[in-house]
Amino acid sequence: MIAGGHSLLPMMKLRLANPELVVDINDLEHLAYIREQDSEIRIGALTRHYQLLESEPLARHFPIFADAERVIADPVVRNRGTIGGSLAQADAAEDLSAVCSALKASVVIAGGGGERVVSMEDFHVGPYTTAIDDAELLVEIRIPVRPGAGSAHAKVERRAGDWAIVAVAGGLWLDGETIADAGLALSAVGLTTVHATRAEELLRGKRPSEELFAEAGAIASEDCSPSPDGRGPVDYKRHLAGELTKRALRRAAERARAGTTPGGHTWR
Amino acid sequence: MEVTININGEPVTREIEPALLLVHFIRDTPGLTGTHWGCDTSNCGACVVQMDGLPVKSCTVLAAMAEGHEIRTIEALSIDGVLDPVQQGFHEEHGLQCGFCTPGMIMTARALLDANPDPTEDEIRTAISGAICRCTGYSNIVRAVRWAAEHEAAQPRRS
Ligand SMILES: Cc1cc2nc3c(=O)[nH]c(=O)nc-3n(C[C@H](O)[C@H](O)[C@H](O)COP(=O)(O)OP(=O)(O)OC[C@H]3O[C@@H](n4cnc5c(N)ncnc54)[C@H](O)[C@@H]3O)c2cc1C
Ligand code: FES
Ligand code: FES
Repeated sequence: MIAGGHSLLPMMKLRLANPELVVDINDLEHLAYIREQDSEIRIGALTRHYQLLESEPLARHFPIFADAERVIADPVVRNRGTIGGSLAQADAAEDLSAVCSALKASVVIAGGGGERVVSMEDFHVGPYTTAIDDAELLVEIRIPVRPGAGSAHAKVERRAGDWAIVAVAGGLWLDGETIADAGLALSAVGLTTVHATRAEELLRGKRPSEELFAEAGAIASEDCSPSPDGRGPVDYKRHLAGELTKRALRRAAERARAGTTPGGHTWR
Repeated sequence: MEVTININGEPVTREIEPALLLVHFIRDTPGLTGTHWGCDTSNCGACVVQMDGLPVKSCTVLAAMAEGHEIRTIEALSIDGVLDPVQQGFHEEHGLQCGFCTPGMIMTARALLDANPDPTEDEIRTAISGAICRCTGYSNIVRAVRWAAEHEAAQPRRS
């Protein structure tokens, strides 16, 4: 299956993927949409990065998308790459998987036998492996819209347009001055997207504060498992995981309190 | 497989290997070697062409995926020997040295100006952030795009 092709074609060039048959799904234009329905934001799998960046409903409900999209690859790559391909690729360094995990999204997978809805937690079953079967297609991403939401994405990369050294996606749902729910997921610090459940646990029921966010950052940095590579050694990556967790949560709390969000971003 | 792609308004039909990349389909077409093939990893932007008006990296699109779409390359920019304002801007402001990155830079800048006729320096730098130039240090490229924005009205343009 090929959508934007910006993960699959590089993999084919490196001979990491050797498909005998490639099905181009770009003609399924009805799968490119962002709409509000049944207290959810629903995003079609073929929605491209630039469309996520420019979306007004997303900017209003989940500004974390614009945060992430501004630093995913470059504007020309963003004209092709899709959210479906990003999630289906299941690359641990990928940014939208962490965003969707932090927002407690679920995905709709369709096949000959009908559709099923799978939570992000059950969707990624391992490195580059998802719950999508051979004869199935990822068709939609659903994000619940709940009151008091604030969200933010924080990333450090080596140069403009590069993959993350570490990136953190954070979501907070405030009930007055109490954190009713929290979502936290990290990119590039494990074999798959790291869902920081222990830090989420800590945040729930507390009042947002710098100390609390620092504590959540310390836990997240312990609970991830980065590998040393050209992007940096393990201690540096753990440091970033803690620091970026604080930044994402701080930003998310500010946005939740403000209840408003910056407008969409125009030129791709 | 047989594929027909509309390039600069002309249908081009050829028998190809299914895995052929769009950049090679274009460059194998007589007269269309202006599109460059550089990194082959979607990083350098030398291969940028417009697909239905949006700039895309043609080293990361299969030729077969371009069937039924409008491809526009650097060759389509000048009309009857009159350069597009972006091309003229690169000339006026010394926006190139070796010229390798130039076709991709210009196609990317052309799409930027079509969407945003009066971009700031920041917006120009963001737009070309997926394109690498090893010669100019980018300053002259940014100036060239500003030159084009400012002179756009004075010269003929393909709509
Ligand atoms: C230079 C460069 C830099 C990049 N930098 C970043 C970055 O910083 N952060 C980041 O997150 N990403 C980055 N990316 C990845 C980019 O976002 C990709 O576009 C994205 O990961 C894959 O989307 P795609 O539509 O191109 O997928 P494709 O390459 O078309 O597909 C990827 C995989 O998903 C499968 N697939 C696609 N759609 C579906 C579907 N609907 N149902 C089932 N399976 C499907 C395909 O079969 C394939 O296995 C970068 C890519 C490039 C080339
Ligand atoms: S050759 Fe396509 S981006 Fe470098
Ligand atoms: S002019 Fe030589 S690479 Fe840009």
